[in-house]
Amino acid sequence: MSSRAETVVMEKTAKQTQSALWRRQIAAIVRLEVRKNFTGKRSILIYLLALTPVMIMTALVSVHWDDIQSNFAEASVIFANLFEGMILRTVVFFGCAWIFMNLFRGEVVDRSLHYYFLSPVRREVLVAGKYISGLITSLILFVTMTALCIIIFYLPLGYTGAMNHLFDGPGLSQSLTYLGITVLACVGYGAVFLVIGLFFRNPIIPAVFLYGWEFINFLLPPMLKKLSVVHYLHSLTPVPIDDGPFAIVTEPTSAWLTVPGLIMVTVAVLAMASFRIRQMEIKYGSE
Amino acid sequence: MHEASSQMIVFDDVSKFYGEILGVNRVNLSIAPGITSLVGPNGAGKTTLMNLMTGLLRPTRGEISIQGVSPDEPEKLFRRVGYCSQFDSFPRGATGREFINMFLSVHGYTKTEADELTMKALERVSLEDAAEKKVAAYSKGMRQRVRLAQAVAHNPTVLILDEPLNGLDPMARAETIRLFRKLADEGLHLVISSHILHEVDMMSDCVVLLNNGYVVAEGDIHGVRDEMEEHPMQILIRCDKPSVLASRVFEQEQVVEAKIHEDRRGLFIKTRDADKFYLLLNRVVAEGLVNVESIAPVDDDMSAVYQYLIGSETEGSHQ
Repeated sequence: MSSRAETVVMEKTAKQTQSALWRRQIAAIVRLEVRKNFTGKRSILIYLLALTPVMIMTALVSVHWDDIQSNFAEASVIFANLFEGMILRTVVFFGCAWIFMNLFRGEVVDRSLHYYFLSPVRREVLVAGKYISGLITSLILFVTMTALCIIIFYLPLGYTGAMNHLFDGPGLSQSLTYLGITVLACVGYGAVFLVIGLFFRNPIIPAVFLYGWEFINFLLPPMLKKLSVVHYLHSLTPVPIDDGPFAIVTEPTSAWLTVPGLIMVTVAVLAMASFRIRQMEIKYGSE
Repeated sequence: MHEASSQMIVFDDVSKFYGEILGVNRVNLSIAPGITSLVGPNGAGKTTLMNLMTGLLRPTRGEISIQGVSPDEPEKLFRRVGYCSQFDSFPRGATGREFINMFLSVHGYTKTEADELTMKALERVSLEDAAEKKVAAYSKGMRQRVRLAQAVAHNPTVLILDEPLNGLDPMARAETIRLFRKLADEGLHLVISSHILHEVDMMSDCVVLLNNGYVVAEGDIHGVRDEMEEHPMQILIRCDKPSVLASRVFEQEQVVEAKIHEDRRGLFIKTRDADKFYLLLNRVVAEGLVNVESIAPVDDDMSAVYQYLIGSETEGSHQ
């Protein structure tokens, strides 16, 4: 083998070894962080938050059992409104804010971030590991929560009615779309809140600002509408929702643009987080 | 990079400002393997230097290299560096074993390797019996030791230890100093900050004295002391005829003071050139004029150097 070919093989092997190491490191960070996310004191709030829509849905379905049975189409619109207003814009939003902002900010408060910074890990790898752990946590909690809400909503139809609606009607595609929107919300909001947790000492203020921005999204002009996560998620909703008389109507973005667009924004935000963390210093005293 | 400098810890004109507050200023150092102690009062810049070395802080100006690696490359740096910081905080709910093990797994070690290294590290600091206890339930000394174990667990070649003896009982201190000496003899770099001057004296190959963010002196303690010409060296000679010796020492112009001890069995002198004085003393003894019992430099130690260069020793001499 020529020396040039040998060099190429050696470089390839070094890259493979490097990427294998990164995978092991990310896996280790994810294991540690997921455990912390689910068992730490901070997790209690998340469990309560995720449980709230399930309890509200149970109460609503019990009260309106007959109405849902008699007019399921109208009930589906109410469910769509509940999904967007309560699940997506409130629970998933604040849940992701809590989980992802605490990935770094929580460690600064606990004064334990330096242990990661003193490990032989590229800081970008640390961002990736932390983000994935937050994503796993939020997906487990909020996708389960959404699935439970859908199941509870279908209860008045009975087993046969629910199966018919799922497999012979629009039920299955609607349900999967709701779950997909929840996944995308965790992906998008997660990245945004992770970066907020890195840039701001008190991330509550930007989080509240972001909440306000997302909340008034329907009132914003078309260009500004696009600078939000909820705009893209709203475009995907399987049951159309009326935004009310004051809403500025815009052409919904197609799913083919929404999904890759949201993923690209997520990647860009994570790149920003990686840049920020490379500059980051440990100065607990000033926090 | 030059081979010799790739074995050194190098600070090249390093400054660090916290806004307008000075951390350290214009630090130029080359630290060789062995034990180097950073000594200075609170706020002198010891911890800042250590945090700069490990990339927890970034220099405002200048460059740092640890055995040829920049602190901006943690993935390379922490394969060879272990840092026991002063932050007395731990991941919530972790036991001593988990605390060490979790960060070894982040290094990329397999579970078996991490388990093995964890147990070795705990044994090194005699904490194997408390391995399954929560760190939150540890005493201050145990927390100090488990942090030390975490810093040495991956067998680094450079150990940076910020006040590592704080909170340890006398037995543990002696054991830990023995461990440091052993590691230094194996060729490791140990950079230690300490307030306990007699322990610095006992274990250091080299000292760096810091005050208000500036390096005041560096080198081996006796070398630093020798260079302090404005403070003549004080020596106590226990002998049978101190007055005879006193009459001879004034032959040397470097001797600025000679005082006979109260019990008339010793002579206390101050000289600007200790080596010349020792030569004279040899001659006097060889001539049979006096019988010398002992010779003890009174201020050729860390406490004296500290007192002369920085001021009050009170802060430096106790924890």
